[in-house]
Amino acid sequence: MLKLDIFLSALANGLMTGAVYALISLGLTLVYGVLHIINFAHGATLTAAMFAVLIAHTVFGLDPYLAVFVLTPLFFALGYGVQRFVINPASHGNDSNILLVTLGLSIIIENALLAGFRSDTRSIDVPYGFSVVEVGNLFLSVPKLVAFVASFVVALLLWLLLAHTDTGKAIRAVAKEKTGAALSGVNVDHIYAVTFGLGAACLAIAACLLMPTFLVNPRIGNAFVLVAFTIVVLGGMGSIAGALVGGLIIGVVESLSGLYFGESLGQIGIFLIFILVLLFRPTGLFGAKA
Amino acid sequence: MLEISNLVAGYGGVPILRGVSLSVGAGEIVAVLGANGVGKTTLNRAVSGLIRASSGDIRFDGQSLIARSAPDIMAAGLIHVPEGRKIFPNMSVFENLELGSYRRARANRARNLERVFGIFPRLRERSGQFAGTLSGGEQQMLAIGRGLMAEPRLIIMDEPSLGLSPLLVEEMFALIARIAAEGLAVMLVEQNVVQSLELAARAYVLENGAVVMAGSAGDLSRDPRLMTTYLGM
Ligand SMILES: Nc1ncnc2c1ncn2[C@@H]1O[C@H](COP(=O)(O)OP(=O)(O)O)[C@@H](O)[C@H]1O
Ligand SMILES: [Mg+2]
Repeated sequence: MLKLDIFLSALANGLMTGAVYALISLGLTLVYGVLHIINFAHGATLTAAMFAVLIAHTVFGLDPYLAVFVLTPLFFALGYGVQRFVINPASHGNDSNILLVTLGLSIIIENALLAGFRSDTRSIDVPYGFSVVEVGNLFLSVPKLVAFVASFVVALLLWLLLAHTDTGKAIRAVAKEKTGAALSGVNVDHIYAVTFGLGAACLAIAACLLMPTFLVNPRIGNAFVLVAFTIVVLGGMGSIAGALVGGLIIGVVESLSGLYFGESLGQIGIFLIFILVLLFRPTGLFGAKA
Repeated sequence: MLEISNLVAGYGGVPILRGVSLSVGAGEIVAVLGANGVGKTTLNRAVSGLIRASSGDIRFDGQSLIARSAPDIMAAGLIHVPEGRKIFPNMSVFENLELGSYRRARANRARNLERVFGIFPRLRERSGQFAGTLSGGEQQMLAIGRGLMAEPRLIIMDEPSLGLSPLLVEEMFALIARIAAEGLAVMLVEQNVVQSLELAARAYVLENGAVVMAGSAGDLSRDPRLMTTYLGM
């Protein structure tokens, strides 16, 4: 009986962590699906967002769950501006240049954070940090439960945006046929920037959901993005549904392999899956055939 | 309505169009004819803002289009239905049509959808289907329908009959005649000389990036030089 409870609690923990992984992967997969590039600054942007939550809390006394309403539009605007006025002009329409520019950005962001905060690990104290709710025999962490629900709400909102608004339709149109989109009156540069902004906004939300239970240092984002990259490959590059399902799977795999193989080997399961997917289903669970 | 004068344009500094001048009047159907590779598509791309002209002028209602972006040009009512259709394969037929009114005539979207479905009943039947799964003829109808959603004042059609069976080519030209009868100006860019000249009032013949013949469709269709010299038939 106790064994089952431990298993179920690891499963629930995995699902809850997985939902945040999914949220982090959404931005990565969206940018890949539309701009056809891997955004190497994704991890550094997440780190920056987590520091922004830290600053909002320590300097302005703002709770992460309130900071989300400030940081999400702020990071959308930053993502939009950086893509439209830095990455796009600097890349001259050449995809490999875009890769290099995002790589350069990630180095700049990371080093700026290192200079500002040194490599110390920090965290914030919130009154609900260790709160739990009892569900059946399980004790679920409240902030993790909030993160789980909020990640699904964000994924749903993103899906509604893409499926039912003109801007969302323009994003999907540009993803596959930018000449046709331009001739239909879509400003392709604007849509690229909006997509980038949405990716950054997802990271700001993820940061607000993570900080109540997590710590931050100038390199933290990379650990998450490595996992997110596995999720994007598992779910299918560019697939929103794939990022969601992939995130949950990876969260559960990490949690269960942590349970059975020990905490320090928790990530082994993830990379095993990564290699298996690449070997047997390179297009991912939801990916279209190339 | 559309006045092109001494237009020079090309790719990467290499001129393809070498001083093209032509005009299309309001409500007029004008054919631009020429064999493969003479620069017809390059002309369309320069007019609709997809590539920059290196010299010359393009005016629409007296306003210069030089240096204006493709979305701005379409917003003025000059709609380009491109060669190869360029529809959105990952989206439904319905969504493709909706996006035709993304920037222009958005308020009349519902009415224009009915109008397009009236002209192309096939598109109504297929409206929930992914555009990428349509046949070539249906994709061409969708590309034209998407253009009509923006209430064009001038529509440029680049080889609408390309890749269609002879029967479908007939049907396509009949549909274009019907659309033109509603009063918008049409610049019909084609290799299909006989049918284009039946439809158009005037025509220009391009060769090697320049206009080599121009005149009324009637005169041109009786001119022996057209087939032999310029179209290599
Ligand atoms: N994107 C491009 N880059 C370089 N050259 C091109 C490009 N597109 C077309 N060309 C060249 O321009 C010339 C005219 O092409 P095009 O305008 O497509 O002719 P047409 O539409 O009359 O068949 C051709 O020699 C073609 O090879
Ligand atoms: Mg052509």
